[in-house]
Amino acid sequence: MTGQQVSWPLWEVFIRSRNGLHHAHVGSVHAVDAEMAVENARDVYTRRGEGVSIWVVPSTAIVASDPADKDSLFEPALDKIYRHPTFYEIPDGVGNI
Amino acid sequence: MYSQGLDQRDDAPRRVDDPAATAHDSALHARFDERVDAEEKIEPNDWMPDSYRRTLIRQISQHAHSEVIGMQPEGNWITRAPSLRRKAVLLAKVQDEAGHGLYLYAAAETLGVTREELVDQLLEGRAKYSSIFNYPTLTWADMGAIGWLVDGAAIMNQVPLCRCSYGPYARAMVRICKEESFHQRQGFEIMLTLSRGTAEQTAMAQDALDRWWWPALMMFGPHDSESTHSEQSMAWKIKRFSNDELRQKFVDATVPQAKFLGLRVPDDDLHYDDATGHYVFGEPDWSEFAAVLRGEGPCNAQRMAHRRRAHDEGRWVREAAEAHAAKHPRSGGTPVGPEAQQWANAGVRA
Repeated sequence: MTGQQVSWPLWEVFIRSRNGLHHAHVGSVHAVDAEMAVENARDVYTRRGEGVSIWVVPSTAIVASDPADKDSLFEPALDKIYRHPTFYEIPDGVGNI
Repeated sequence: MYSQGLDQRDDAPRRVDDPAATAHDSALHARFDERVDAEEKIEPNDWMPDSYRRTLIRQISQHAHSEVIGMQPEGNWITRAPSLRRKAVLLAKVQDEAGHGLYLYAAAETLGVTREELVDQLLEGRAKYSSIFNYPTLTWADMGAIGWLVDGAAIMNQVPLCRCSYGPYARAMVRICKEESFHQRQGFEIMLTLSRGTAEQTAMAQDALDRWWWPALMMFGPHDSESTHSEQSMAWKIKRFSNDELRQKFVDATVPQAKFLGLRVPDDDLHYDDATGHYVFGEPDWSEFAAVLRGEGPCNAQRMAHRRRAHDEGRWVREAAEAHAAKHPRSGGTPVGPEAQQWANAGVRA
Protein backbone atom coordinates (compact mmCIF):
# COMPACT_ATOMS: atom_id res chain seq x y z
CA MET A 1 0.00 0.00 0.00
CA THR A 2 2.90 2.34 0.64
CA GLY A 3 4.19 1.71 -2.86
CA GLN A 4 7.59 1.27 -1.29
CA GLN A 5 8.92 -2.23 -1.80
CA VAL A 6 12.06 -1.88 0.25
CA SER A 7 12.93 0.20 3.27
CA TRP A 8 15.03 3.22 2.52
CA PRO A 9 18.43 3.03 4.22
CA LEU A 10 18.62 4.32 7.76
CA TRP A 11 21.17 7.02 8.59
CA GLU A 12 22.39 8.07 12.00
CA VAL A 13 22.53 11.83 12.43
CA PHE A 14 25.25 13.68 14.34
CA ILE A 15 25.10 17.42 14.89
CA ARG A 16 27.69 19.94 15.97
CA SER A 17 25.63 22.32 18.03
CA ARG A 18 28.18 25.16 18.09
CA ASN A 19 31.61 25.90 16.69
CA GLY A 20 34.26 24.19 18.75
CA LEU A 21 32.02 21.42 20.07
CA HIS A 22 32.07 17.85 18.85
CA HIS A 23 29.29 16.30 16.82
CA ALA A 24 26.82 14.42 18.96
CA HIS A 25 24.27 11.79 17.97
CA VAL A 26 20.74 13.17 17.83
CA GLY A 27 18.69 10.50 16.05
CA SER A 28 18.17 8.90 12.70
CA VAL A 29 16.44 9.45 9.37
CA HIS A 30 15.55 7.36 6.36
CA ALA A 31 16.86 8.52 3.00
CA VAL A 32 17.70 7.03 -0.37
CA ASP A 33 21.15 8.60 -0.43
CA ALA A 34 23.56 10.76 1.54
CA GLU A 35 22.33 14.02 0.06
CA MET A 36 18.75 13.32 1.04
CA ALA A 37 19.89 12.14 4.46
CA VAL A 38 21.60 15.49 5.10
CA GLU A 39 18.53 17.38 3.91
CA ASN A 40 16.16 15.28 5.99
CA ALA A 41 18.40 15.60 9.03
CA ARG A 42 18.40 19.35 8.59
CA ASP A 43 14.59 19.46 8.40
CA VAL A 44 14.00 17.06 11.27
CA TYR A 45 16.74 17.97 13.73
CA THR A 46 17.66 21.63 13.18
CA ARG A 47 14.42 23.59 13.03
CA ARG A 48 15.55 25.86 15.85
CA GLY A 49 19.18 26.52 15.09
CA GLU A 50 20.37 23.40 16.91
CA GLY A 51 23.44 22.99 14.78
CA VAL A 52 26.18 24.39 12.57
CA SER A 53 27.21 21.09 10.97
CA ILE A 54 25.60 17.74 10.25
CA TRP A 55 27.13 14.30 9.76
CA VAL A 56 25.06 11.43 8.47
CA VAL A 57 26.35 7.87 8.71
CA PRO A 58 24.69 4.75 7.32
CA SER A 59 23.37 2.94 10.37
CA THR A 60 24.83 -0.28 9.05
CA ALA A 61 28.30 1.27 9.41
CA ILE A 62 27.92 1.65 13.17
CA VAL A 63 29.56 -1.07 15.21
CA ALA A 64 28.23 -1.21 18.75
CA SER A 65 29.40 -2.97 21.87
CA ASP A 66 27.18 -5.77 23.10
CA PRO A 67 25.13 -4.85 26.19
CA ALA A 68 25.99 -8.33 27.52
CA ASP A 69 29.68 -7.31 27.56
CA LYS A 70 29.00 -4.27 29.69
CA ASP A 71 30.67 -5.64 32.81
CA SER A 72 33.79 -7.00 31.16
CA LEU A 73 34.26 -3.79 29.18
CA PHE A 74 33.55 -1.11 31.73
CA GLU A 75 33.67 -2.64 35.16
CA PRO A 76 37.51 -2.74 35.30
CA ALA A 77 37.57 1.08 35.28
CA LEU A 78 35.28 1.42 38.26
CA ASP A 79 37.81 0.52 40.97
CA LYS A 80 40.62 2.65 39.55
CA ILE A 81 39.78 5.74 41.47
CA TYR A 82 43.43 6.79 41.35
CA ARG A 83 42.77 7.84 37.76
CA HIS A 84 40.84 10.82 39.09
CA PRO A 85 42.52 13.95 40.46
CA THR A 86 40.36 13.90 43.57
CA PHE A 87 42.18 10.71 44.67
CA TYR A 88 45.23 12.74 45.68
CA GLU A 89 45.47 14.92 48.75
CA ILE A 90 47.35 18.16 48.27
CA PRO A 91 47.92 20.43 51.31
CA ASP A 92 46.17 23.81 51.27
CA GLY A 93 49.42 25.71 51.18
CA VAL A 94 50.41 24.34 47.82
CA GLY A 95 47.87 26.45 45.95
CA ASN A 96 46.37 25.47 42.65
CA ILE A 97 47.74 22.25 41.28
CA MET B 1 0.15 16.45 20.40
CA TYR B 2 -0.72 13.18 21.97
CA SER B 3 -2.67 10.04 21.46
CA GLN B 4 -4.95 8.75 24.17
CA GLY B 5 -5.60 5.10 24.80
CA LEU B 6 -1.90 4.49 24.38
CA ASP B 7 -1.65 1.95 27.12
CA GLN B 8 -3.90 -0.67 25.62
CA ARG B 9 -2.29 -4.01 25.82
CA ASP B 10 -1.66 -6.27 22.91
CA ASP B 11 -3.65 -9.42 23.54
CA ALA B 12 -1.91 -11.53 20.93
CA PRO B 13 -1.60 -15.17 21.99
CA ARG B 14 1.67 -16.06 23.69
CA ARG B 15 3.82 -18.71 22.12
CA VAL B 16 4.60 -21.70 24.29
CA ASP B 17 8.27 -22.02 25.10
CA ASP B 18 10.20 -25.16 25.95
CA PRO B 19 11.08 -25.44 29.67
CA ALA B 20 14.79 -24.58 29.29
CA ALA B 21 14.01 -21.47 27.33
CA THR B 22 11.36 -20.54 29.88
CA ALA B 23 13.86 -20.79 32.75
CA HIS B 24 16.34 -18.67 30.80
CA ASP B 25 13.58 -16.19 30.03
CA SER B 26 12.52 -15.88 33.61
CA ALA B 27 16.09 -15.06 34.68
CA LEU B 28 16.27 -12.40 32.01
CA HIS B 29 12.84 -11.22 33.03
CA ALA B 30 13.87 -10.83 36.66
CA ARG B 31 16.94 -8.83 35.59
CA PHE B 32 14.74 -6.65 33.36
CA ASP B 33 12.33 -5.94 36.22
CA GLU B 34 15.23 -5.03 38.50
CA ARG B 35 16.61 -2.59 35.99
CA VAL B 36 13.21 -0.95 35.44
CA ASP B 37 12.65 -0.71 39.19
CA ALA B 38 16.08 0.91 39.57
CA GLU B 39 15.06 3.54 36.99
CA GLU B 40 17.66 2.29 34.52
CA LYS B 41 16.80 2.99 30.90
CA ILE B 42 16.12 0.03 28.64
CA GLU B 43 17.91 0.41 25.31
CA PRO B 44 17.15 -1.21 21.92
CA ASN B 45 19.70 -4.02 22.19
CA ASP B 46 18.78 -4.93 25.76
CA TRP B 47 16.64 -7.95 26.51
CA MET B 48 13.01 -7.06 27.10
CA PRO B 49 9.80 -9.10 27.44
CA ASP B 50 7.83 -9.51 24.21
CA SER B 51 4.83 -7.88 25.81
CA TYR B 52 6.88 -4.79 26.77
CA ARG B 53 8.16 -4.58 23.19
CA ARG B 54 4.68 -4.96 21.70
CA THR B 55 3.16 -2.44 24.07
CA LEU B 56 5.84 0.10 23.21
CA ILE B 57 5.57 -0.46 19.47
CA ARG B 58 1.84 0.08 19.70
CA GLN B 59 2.05 3.10 21.97
CA ILE B 60 4.90 4.87 20.16
CA SER B 61 3.48 4.22 16.69
CA GLN B 62 0.01 5.41 17.69
CA HIS B 63 1.65 8.47 19.13
CA ALA B 64 3.51 9.00 15.83
CA HIS B 65 0.32 8.51 13.79
CA SER B 66 -1.39 11.10 15.99
CA GLU B 67 1.30 13.64 15.22
CA VAL B 68 0.95 12.99 11.50
CA ILE B 69 -2.87 13.06 11.41
CA GLY B 70 -2.72 16.01 13.81
CA MET B 71 -1.31 18.17 11.04
CA GLN B 72 -4.65 18.15 9.23
CA PRO B 73 -6.95 20.14 11.53
CA GLU B 74 -4.45 22.99 11.65
CA GLY B 75 -3.26 22.63 8.08
CA ASN B 76 -6.87 23.51 7.27
CA TRP B 77 -6.23 27.13 8.33
CA ILE B 78 -2.74 27.86 6.98
CA THR B 79 -4.02 29.53 3.83
CA ARG B 80 -6.59 31.51 5.80
CA ALA B 81 -4.50 32.70 8.74
CA PRO B 82 -5.45 36.31 9.53
CA SER B 83 -1.93 37.74 9.19
CA LEU B 84 1.47 36.85 7.83
CA ARG B 85 2.76 36.47 11.41
CA ARG B 86 0.00 34.03 12.30
CA LYS B 87 0.58 32.14 9.08
CA ALA B 88 4.33 31.77 9.69
CA VAL B 89 3.65 30.57 13.23
CA LEU B 90 1.02 28.05 12.14
CA LEU B 91 3.29 26.72 9.40
CA ALA B 92 6.08 26.26 11.93
CA LYS B 93 3.74 24.47 14.30
CA VAL B 94 2.45 22.07 11.67
CA GLN B 95 6.05 21.42 10.59
CA ASP B 96 6.86 20.59 14.19
CA GLU B 97 4.05 18.02 14.26
CA ALA B 98 5.59 16.33 11.22
CA GLY B 99 8.95 16.37 12.99
CA HIS B 100 7.42 14.87 16.12
CA GLY B 101 5.93 12.09 14.05
CA LEU B 102 9.37 11.37 12.61
CA TYR B 103 11.12 11.33 16.00
CA LEU B 104 8.52 8.86 17.19
CA TYR B 105 8.56 6.59 14.14
CA ALA B 106 12.35 6.43 14.54
CA ALA B 107 11.94 5.47 18.21
CA ALA B 108 9.39 2.76 17.30
CA GLU B 109 11.72 1.38 14.63
CA THR B 110 14.40 0.71 17.25
CA LEU B 111 12.05 -2.02 18.52
CA GLY B 112 12.31 -3.99 15.30
CA VAL B 113 9.38 -2.78 13.23
CA THR B 114 9.84 -1.05 9.87
CA ARG B 115 8.58 2.38 8.92
CA GLU B 116 6.68 0.84 6.02
CA GLU B 117 4.82 -1.56 8.32
CA LEU B 118 3.80 1.30 10.57
CA VAL B 119 2.67 3.49 7.69
CA ASP B 120 0.71 0.56 6.26
CA GLN B 121 -1.01 0.02 9.60
CA LEU B 122 -2.17 3.62 9.59
CA LEU B 123 -3.25 3.72 5.95
CA GLU B 124 -5.13 0.44 6.20
CA GLY B 125 -6.98 1.62 9.28
CA ARG B 126 -5.41 -1.02 11.54
CA ALA B 127 -3.73 1.52 13.82
CA LYS B 128 -5.34 4.10 16.05
CA TYR B 129 -4.50 7.73 16.42
CA SER B 130 -5.75 10.26 18.91
CA SER B 131 -9.48 10.80 18.47
CA ILE B 132 -9.14 14.52 19.19
CA PHE B 133 -8.12 14.96 15.55
CA ASN B 134 -11.45 13.64 14.35
CA TYR B 135 -13.09 16.93 15.31
CA PRO B 136 -13.35 19.71 12.72
CA THR B 137 -11.66 23.12 12.89
CA LEU B 138 -14.55 25.40 12.02
CA THR B 139 -13.14 28.85 12.78
CA TRP B 140 -9.79 30.57 13.25
CA ALA B 141 -10.38 30.50 17.00
CA ASP B 142 -9.99 26.73 16.81
CA MET B 143 -6.28 27.31 16.12
CA GLY B 144 -6.14 29.05 19.47
CA ALA B 145 -8.17 26.42 21.29
CA ILE B 146 -6.13 23.55 19.86
CA GLY B 147 -2.82 25.10 20.84
CA TRP B 148 -4.03 26.08 24.28
CA LEU B 149 -6.13 23.03 25.19
CA VAL B 150 -5.08 20.14 22.97
CA ASP B 151 -1.37 20.88 23.15
CA GLY B 152 -1.82 21.81 26.81
CA ALA B 153 -3.33 18.39 27.51
CA ALA B 154 -0.58 16.81 25.43
CA ILE B 155 2.09 18.46 27.58
CA MET B 156 0.48 17.09 30.76
CA ASN B 157 0.70 13.64 29.23
CA GLN B 158 4.09 13.96 27.62
CA VAL B 159 6.22 15.50 30.34
CA PRO B 160 6.07 12.29 32.43
CA LEU B 161 6.88 10.29 29.28
CA CYS B 162 10.29 12.00 29.22
CA ARG B 163 11.09 9.65 32.13
CA CYS B 164 9.73 6.57 30.38
CA SER B 165 11.79 3.42 30.94
CA TYR B 166 12.49 2.95 27.23
CA GLY B 167 15.45 5.17 26.30
CA PRO B 168 14.65 6.06 22.68
CA TYR B 169 11.04 6.96 23.54
CA ALA B 170 12.12 9.06 26.53
CA ARG B 171 14.68 10.94 24.43
CA ALA B 172 12.16 11.60 21.66
CA MET B 173 9.77 12.97 24.26
CA VAL B 174 12.40 15.35 25.63
CA ARG B 175 12.77 16.90 22.19
CA ILE B 176 9.03 17.00 21.68
CA CYS B 177 8.27 18.61 25.03
CA LYS B 178 10.80 21.38 24.39
CA GLU B 179 8.98 22.26 21.18
CA GLU B 180 5.46 21.71 22.49
CA SER B 181 5.70 24.62 24.88
CA PHE B 182 5.72 27.03 21.92
CA HIS B 183 2.60 25.34 20.61
CA GLN B 184 0.62 25.94 23.75
CA ARG B 185 1.76 29.52 24.16
CA GLN B 186 0.95 30.50 20.58
CA GLY B 187 -2.52 29.00 21.06
CA PHE B 188 -3.09 30.91 24.26
CA GLU B 189 -1.94 34.08 22.54
CA ILE B 190 -4.55 33.61 19.82
CA MET B 191 -7.24 33.07 22.47
CA LEU B 192 -6.05 36.15 24.36
CA THR B 193 -6.10 38.33 21.26
CA LEU B 194 -9.61 37.18 20.36
CA SER B 195 -10.96 37.48 23.88
CA ARG B 196 -9.68 41.07 24.09
CA GLY B 197 -11.11 41.87 20.67
CA THR B 198 -14.56 42.73 19.35
CA ALA B 199 -17.72 41.11 20.69
CA GLU B 200 -17.71 38.90 17.61
CA GLN B 201 -14.13 37.79 18.22
CA THR B 202 -14.82 37.07 21.88
CA ALA B 203 -17.84 35.00 20.90
CA MET B 204 -15.67 33.09 18.45
CA ALA B 205 -13.15 32.31 21.21
CA GLN B 206 -15.95 31.20 23.55
CA ASP B 207 -17.43 28.97 20.85
CA ALA B 208 -14.05 27.32 20.29
CA LEU B 209 -13.64 26.69 24.03
CA ASP B 210 -17.17 25.27 24.16
CA ARG B 211 -16.41 22.78 21.41
CA TRP B 212 -12.86 21.76 22.44
CA TRP B 213 -13.14 21.59 26.23
CA TRP B 214 -14.73 18.17 26.55
CA PRO B 215 -12.77 16.47 23.76
CA ALA B 216 -9.60 17.82 25.41
CA LEU B 217 -10.60 16.21 28.73
CA MET B 218 -11.25 12.94 26.90
CA MET B 219 -7.69 12.99 25.56
CA PHE B 220 -6.54 11.59 28.91
CA GLY B 221 -8.46 8.41 28.21
CA PRO B 222 -11.09 6.56 30.23
CA HIS B 223 -11.39 6.68 34.02
CA ASP B 224 -8.76 4.75 35.94
CA SER B 225 -11.46 2.27 36.95
CA GLU B 226 -12.12 1.53 33.26
CA SER B 227 -8.50 1.60 32.19
CA THR B 228 -7.50 -1.90 33.22
CA HIS B 229 -4.26 -1.98 31.22
CA SER B 230 -2.71 1.05 32.89
CA GLU B 231 -1.39 -0.99 35.79
CA GLN B 232 1.13 -2.92 33.67
CA SER B 233 2.34 0.27 31.98
CA MET B 234 2.83 1.85 35.38
CA ALA B 235 4.81 -1.18 36.59
CA TRP B 236 6.99 -0.92 33.49
CA LYS B 237 7.44 2.78 34.16
CA ILE B 238 6.14 3.62 30.71
CA LYS B 239 3.31 5.50 32.34
CA ARG B 240 3.90 7.54 35.49
CA PHE B 241 0.51 9.00 36.33
CA SER B 242 -2.98 7.62 35.90
CA ASN B 243 -5.48 9.05 33.40
CA ASP B 244 -7.57 10.65 36.15
CA GLU B 245 -4.54 12.18 37.87
CA LEU B 246 -3.42 13.80 34.63
CA ARG B 247 -6.93 14.99 33.82
CA GLN B 248 -7.19 16.63 37.23
CA LYS B 249 -3.81 18.35 36.77
CA PHE B 250 -4.96 19.66 33.41
CA VAL B 251 -8.22 21.05 34.79
CA ASP B 252 -6.45 22.65 37.76
CA ALA B 253 -3.95 24.34 35.45
CA THR B 254 -6.39 25.38 32.73
CA VAL B 255 -9.44 26.75 34.55
CA PRO B 256 -7.55 29.79 35.93
CA GLN B 257 -6.26 30.46 32.41
CA ALA B 258 -9.84 30.47 31.10
CA LYS B 259 -10.73 32.95 33.84
CA PHE B 260 -7.84 35.16 32.74
CA LEU B 261 -9.24 35.08 29.23
CA GLY B 262 -12.67 36.00 30.58
CA LEU B 263 -14.15 32.89 28.98
CA ARG B 264 -16.54 30.41 30.53
CA VAL B 265 -15.61 26.74 30.79
CA PRO B 266 -18.71 24.88 29.51
CA ASP B 267 -19.26 22.81 32.65
CA ASP B 268 -22.09 23.64 35.10
CA ASP B 269 -20.60 21.38 37.74
CA LEU B 270 -17.21 23.06 37.72
CA HIS B 271 -16.21 24.56 41.06
CA TYR B 272 -13.17 24.95 43.27
CA ASP B 273 -13.00 22.72 46.31
CA ASP B 274 -11.27 24.57 49.16
CA ALA B 275 -10.81 21.37 51.12
CA THR B 276 -8.79 19.56 48.43
CA GLY B 277 -7.35 22.54 46.58
CA HIS B 278 -8.60 21.06 43.32
CA TYR B 279 -11.35 21.87 40.86
CA VAL B 280 -14.30 19.52 40.82
CA PHE B 281 -15.59 19.03 37.30
CA GLY B 282 -18.37 17.27 35.43
CA GLU B 283 -18.39 14.02 33.55
CA PRO B 284 -17.36 13.97 29.87
CA ASP B 285 -19.79 12.24 27.53
CA TRP B 286 -18.09 8.88 27.35
CA SER B 287 -20.53 7.57 24.76
CA GLU B 288 -19.22 10.27 22.42
CA PHE B 289 -15.67 9.20 23.22
CA ALA B 290 -16.51 5.59 22.38
CA ALA B 291 -18.26 6.60 19.16
CA VAL B 292 -15.29 8.64 17.93
CA LEU B 293 -12.96 5.75 18.77
CA ARG B 294 -15.21 3.45 16.74
CA GLY B 295 -14.69 5.73 13.76
CA GLU B 296 -17.95 7.64 14.04
CA GLY B 297 -16.48 11.04 14.83
CA PRO B 298 -17.24 14.01 12.60
CA CYS B 299 -13.98 13.74 10.61
CA ASN B 300 -12.66 10.17 10.90
CA ALA B 301 -13.36 9.32 7.26
CA GLN B 302 -12.08 12.67 6.02
CA ARG B 303 -8.81 12.41 7.94
CA MET B 304 -8.06 8.93 6.63
CA ALA B 305 -9.06 9.77 3.06
CA HIS B 306 -6.80 12.81 3.12
CA ARG B 307 -3.89 10.83 4.56
CA ARG B 308 -4.24 8.14 1.89
CA ARG B 309 -4.52 10.71 -0.87
CA ALA B 310 -1.42 12.55 0.34
CA HIS B 311 0.45 9.26 0.46
CA ASP B 312 -0.64 8.29 -3.05
CA GLU B 313 0.17 11.70 -4.47
CA GLY B 314 3.66 11.47 -3.01
CA ARG B 315 4.36 8.14 -4.68
CA TRP B 316 6.04 9.64 -7.75
CA VAL B 317 8.36 11.64 -5.51
CA ARG B 318 9.45 8.51 -3.66
CA GLU B 319 9.93 6.65 -6.92
CA ALA B 320 11.95 9.51 -8.38
CA ALA B 321 14.17 9.61 -5.29
CA GLU B 322 14.79 5.88 -5.56
CA ALA B 323 15.56 6.15 -9.29
CA HIS B 324 17.97 9.02 -8.63
CA ALA B 325 19.76 7.07 -5.91
CA ALA B 326 20.05 4.05 -8.21
CA LYS B 327 21.63 6.22 -10.89
CA HIS B 328 24.12 7.81 -8.48
CA PRO B 329 25.21 4.94 -6.25
CA ARG B 330 28.25 6.91 -5.04
CA SER B 331 26.18 8.96 -2.65
CA GLY B 332 24.24 5.92 -1.47
CA GLY B 333 25.22 3.28 1.11
CA THR B 334 28.94 4.23 1.21
CA PRO B 335 29.95 4.86 4.81
CA VAL B 336 30.53 8.56 5.31
CA GLY B 337 32.98 9.14 8.16
CA PRO B 338 34.26 12.46 9.45
CA GLU B 339 37.21 12.48 7.06
CA ALA B 340 35.03 11.64 4.10
CA GLN B 341 32.50 14.31 4.96
CA GLN B 342 34.04 17.00 2.79
CA TRP B 343 34.17 14.62 -0.09
CA ALA B 344 30.56 13.67 0.49
CA ASN B 345 29.48 17.29 0.64
CA ALA B 346 31.32 18.05 -2.58
CA GLY B 347 29.99 14.90 -4.17
CA VAL B 348 26.33 15.43 -3.39
CA ARG B 349 26.42 19.01 -4.56
CA ALA B 350 28.10 18.21 -7.87
